[in-house]
Amino acid sequence: MNIVVCVKHVPDAGADRRFEADHTVDRVDVDGLLSELDEYAVEQALRIKESRDGDDAVVIALTVGPEQAVDAVRKALQMGADKAVHVLDDAVAGSDAIATSLVLAKAVEKLGPVDLVVGGLASTDAGMSVLPSMLAERLGLPQLTGASSVEASGGALRIERDTDTATEVVSATLPLVLSVTDRSGEARYPSFKGIMAAKKKPLDTWSLADIGVEADQVGLSAAWSTVTETVARPPRTAGEIVTDEDGSGAAALAEFLTAEKFI
Amino acid sequence: MSEVLVLIDHVAGSVRKPTFELLTIAKRLGSPSAVFIGSPEHVEGVVEQVREYGADKLYPIDDAGLRDYLVAPKAEALQQLAAGRDVAAILLPSSAENKEIAGRLAVKLQSGLITDAVDVAADGTTTQSVFAGGYSVTARVTKGTPIITVKPNSAAPEASPGSGIIEHVDVTISEGAKTAVVEKREPRQSTGRPELTEAAIVVSGGRGTNGDFAEVERLADALGAAVGASRAAVDSGWIPYAFQVGQTGKTVSPRLYVANGISGAIQHRAGMQTSKTIVAVNKDAEAPIFAIADFGVVGDLDTVLPALTAEVARRKG
Ligand SMILES: Cc1cc2nc3c(=O)[nH]c(=O)nc-3n(C[C@H](O)[C@H](O)[C@H](O)COP(=O)(O)OP(=O)(O)OC[C@H]3O[C@@H](n4cnc5c(N)ncnc54)[C@H](O)[C@@H]3O)c2cc1C
Ligand SMILES: Nc1ncnc2c1ncn2[C@@H]1O[C@H](COP(=O)(O)O)[C@@H](O)[C@H]1O
Repeated sequence: MNIVVCVKHVPDAGADRRFEADHTVDRVDVDGLLSELDEYAVEQALRIKESRDGDDAVVIALTVGPEQAVDAVRKALQMGADKAVHVLDDAVAGSDAIATSLVLAKAVEKLGPVDLVVGGLASTDAGMSVLPSMLAERLGLPQLTGASSVEASGGALRIERDTDTATEVVSATLPLVLSVTDRSGEARYPSFKGIMAAKKKPLDTWSLADIGVEADQVGLSAAWSTVTETVARPPRTAGEIVTDEDGSGAAALAEFLTAEKFI
Repeated sequence: MSEVLVLIDHVAGSVRKPTFELLTIAKRLGSPSAVFIGSPEHVEGVVEQVREYGADKLYPIDDAGLRDYLVAPKAEALQQLAAGRDVAAILLPSSAENKEIAGRLAVKLQSGLITDAVDVAADGTTTQSVFAGGYSVTARVTKGTPIITVKPNSAAPEASPGSGIIEHVDVTISEGAKTAVVEKREPRQSTGRPELTEAAIVVSGGRGTNGDFAEVERLADALGAAVGASRAAVDSGWIPYAFQVGQTGKTVSPRLYVANGISGAIQHRAGMQTSKTIVAVNKDAEAPIFAIADFGVVGDLDTVLPALTAEVARRKG
């Protein structure tokens, strides 16, 4: 069984995230890491593998991104993935979700036959939550997305998911695309043994030519939407802070809410 | 005039407010055509609701063959609807499910996609709030039919009646789209309070409530507000996930956000940072939430909230 887990390298949300002059996300000067939400995807991929007694399931971590994006798949290897692929090509820079989904789909096809593609709920930078469904569309596979819990049985998966208005139980048979939320189960930390073992695991770097994608299908100039402006909002500043003493806090707060016309 | 397709967000034929906002936005771009994926028995009621906010057309699509499957059939239906029509843009309310429909549709129609817009101008330029509210980004679709998902509270719904002509369309859903089967659907219970993402005021509770949301709810009711929560409160099982505010919960942008017993972790701030006014009650003066609060009370919420609720009730008379 082949399980591909898509992991993205993103700028650290705790750092000072910003844009380049061409309005693309600055991925070079800002420290990056494996998108926190993709750790849950790696975790589910590993759990599904582990639930398959005797089956020689393989978990392959896949990322598309610049040089330093390799850290995302390295972390996945340390957590327990068996191999990794990094699609690295200068032409990819500035790709929109549509182009990224094309690259991911082509890479998955090259890895094929694949039984399961797992992704996170959203990348913590772009945060569109569309890649997994785009992948399902391109690969012609069922999608089980936004899973808060995952149950594998034989050749099928059953998930629970929360929509705006309901809780749903959805199932499909493999092969399929799965995406999971941070409620699906705590992600494991890499153990010391895992970190050492990761160094010896296969990690391939592929160019666009390797997966049969033309350079003019991707990148900033091929994007189907264009960013015209990025403006930093002035950071919020602290207002008045009072310390409550014998009910003074509630009184002051009520006064504030009245002055601001909320009462 | 080109049509602008607006996917209706509804619960059993009761149209939700974001749809009216989208119809208002659609009027800037062309002639609004509302798309109703639902039961035929609700069509009459729905057309009354959307006509009032400017829908010139209503395309009802019977969901009998769609509703038991995840998103793929809806994307196919919209693709077939858009094909052969002069469509200026396709607008969907920004929910997790609609973003997935939009993603598939973008690939099918070979069209650019913009998600989570907070505004759309007449020329199709969108505004988005990114990096946890740290940046404002303007963008435009440059290929195909712009597909845009729009966040709640992005426009004030304007009542301005449209022609409301019902035009029936037939869609055929492929077997391939029916592979993710919804086995069970349990509708969320209504709280009777405003919808979290639409509310003008949100009162939230975190780990500091220690499991008792009663005071948070009382204050919310006194202010006519929705109730929200931090992930810590949700993870502890004190309140359902539907109320979670933050990176992996709802993004809210109300006029007033009241955070009670919430420290203000970055993942929480990501979901509420663009609120107009932020108020915090926390017993730890060092809590990061105070750094972004317009007004803060350092104190125990067990004493501050009941007193505040009483004072609000008194002032409201
Ligand atoms: C991938 C990921 C996604 C996440 N997504 C979200 C998300 O969507 N939303 C979210 O909220 N969090 C999210 N988190 C969790 C986030 O990092 C914090 O852990 C969480 O927001 C903390 O919740 P809290 O503020 O209620 O709890 P705490 O951080 O424990 O803070 C509790 C606060 O209550 C105060 N307090 C205690 N008792 C009282 C009292 N009697 N009166 C007044 N104040 C009191 C304390 O001083 C403290 O500041 C996410 C984390 C991860 C890793
Ligand atoms: N560049 C990328 N490389 C690998 N996986 C990605 C990439 N971008 C997005 N993904 C996957 O798609 C999911 C959703 O991303 P997004 O649609 O950008 O919010 C992520 O959680 C990842 O699993």
